[in-house]
Amino acid sequence: MSAGISAHSKETEESPSWDAIREHIRACMQCGTCTGSCGSSAAMDYTPRQLWRMVQLGLLEEIFASRTFSLCSSCYYCTLRCPRGLHLTEAMHALKRLAAARGFTAKEKGTRFYRSFLETARRYGRIREMELMTRYFLVMKDPLLPFGFAPLGVKLLRKGKISPQMPRLSGPGKLDAICRKVEELEAGS
Amino acid sequence: MKYLYYPGCSLEGTAIEYHASTQAVMAALGAELQEIEDWTCCGASAAESVSNLLSRVLPARNLALAERINPGGDILIPCSACYLNLRRVEVEITQEGLLDKLNAALGEEGLSYHGGTRSRHLLDVISNDIRAEVIADRIKRPLTGLRVAPYYGCQCLRPYGTYDDPEQPTSMEPLIKATGAEVHPWTMGAKCCGAGLMTTKKEVALELTGAVLRAARGADCIVTVCPMCQMNLDSYQGQAAKMQGEDLGISVLYLPQFLGLALGLPGGDLRIESNMALTSELRTRLCL
Repeated sequence: MSAGISAHSKETEESPSWDAIREHIRACMQCGTCTGSCGSSAAMDYTPRQLWRMVQLGLLEEIFASRTFSLCSSCYYCTLRCPRGLHLTEAMHALKRLAAARGFTAKEKGTRFYRSFLETARRYGRIREMELMTRYFLVMKDPLLPFGFAPLGVKLLRKGKISPQMPRLSGPGKLDAICRKVEELEAGS
Repeated sequence: MKYLYYPGCSLEGTAIEYHASTQAVMAALGAELQEIEDWTCCGASAAESVSNLLSRVLPARNLALAERINPGGDILIPCSACYLNLRRVEVEITQEGLLDKLNAALGEEGLSYHGGTRSRHLLDVISNDIRAEVIADRIKRPLTGLRVAPYYGCQCLRPYGTYDDPEQPTSMEPLIKATGAEVHPWTMGAKCCGAGLMTTKKEVALELTGAVLRAARGADCIVTVCPMCQMNLDSYQGQAAKMQGEDLGISVLYLPQFLGLALGLPGGDLRIESNMALTSELRTRLCL
């Protein structure tokens, strides 16, 4: 896998992570194999091929306004099939990180879900679904959102597959030290 | 055969039946599992979307724990996302500077990693270490006449599925045939179920899950090797059917549940009752 695609929280227009994505995608020859392999492409406003062209052209605003990279389900078909051998799934992740770091997707469900997920991991070391969804609902502040998940939640509870135990939402966490060190290392890189 | 065992978070919650059936089947086949004590979350697909380094450090913590118990040992991983994450660190540590960074973070907990582990997906271990011939010899309840659709999903194959063809996988077929069942011919085995989009972009994921379920029509059950695939095909089956406006009802079992039934293990040991979409036809057929 490529070494170059990474992002951290101090992004600028000329940030190394954006440069790394652009540099990596430079070899794209617009064949469209990625689009033809993507299960989500029909739901995207720009297809993966179009997105990579936008990256080549440096159309930052249009890229971050699109919902293309947030629809990547990490199936790795495009990476597997790319005749140029480009790490396209990783590039999608890098765009997700960059967009989140720049605040373009702060209110996106995906961004908030990922953050809730990692907060749960930091706190307990392991993901507990009840805690994860509680955090997610709280941060989304949409009173209707939990109802979309309630029928399934009740079924899972009945099957003993999630614990009804209510989580504590603050306090010191199992992975605090490691997470703090990672932030420190990323800020310094 | 001895393996270090990394169950991952899902197997303690929504995929509890995958945990139970993996342990029951591996024990029945003479493999010894030692759970990695104090293991933590691998970061799933979430960490990579927030922090590149964290997405490597979280799996590395578990690799370091495993290496401390048994340097050079194989780690058995039933969850495809966990497998991808742990395996990726093993592959990437040849990159300049990465191991130093990982160890700088792991040092906070007095841990260090040196690359001495081998992460393996459950499907790889069952196919290549245990092998279909051995399973065939131990079948107590032949599943003759049953038609089974093998569903691999993505991350057990791509990008690190060296034990199978990542486009047209076949590793489950000898295992299915070993039980006396037949393989449902289809081309959806390695297609995506929508994975985590089910939480954030449900309409898109239901479309993908619906397509897999539709293609399985004619089979008696789908067999899976990933908690996320199972969740989407099994638990969200009703919602997918409703959205598509058609009957998509089909039983969905984890591979070790399916093999366990053929090996004559009791349904309770395999937690068959935890599955959401078992059809009455399959219950009758398997006397469940």
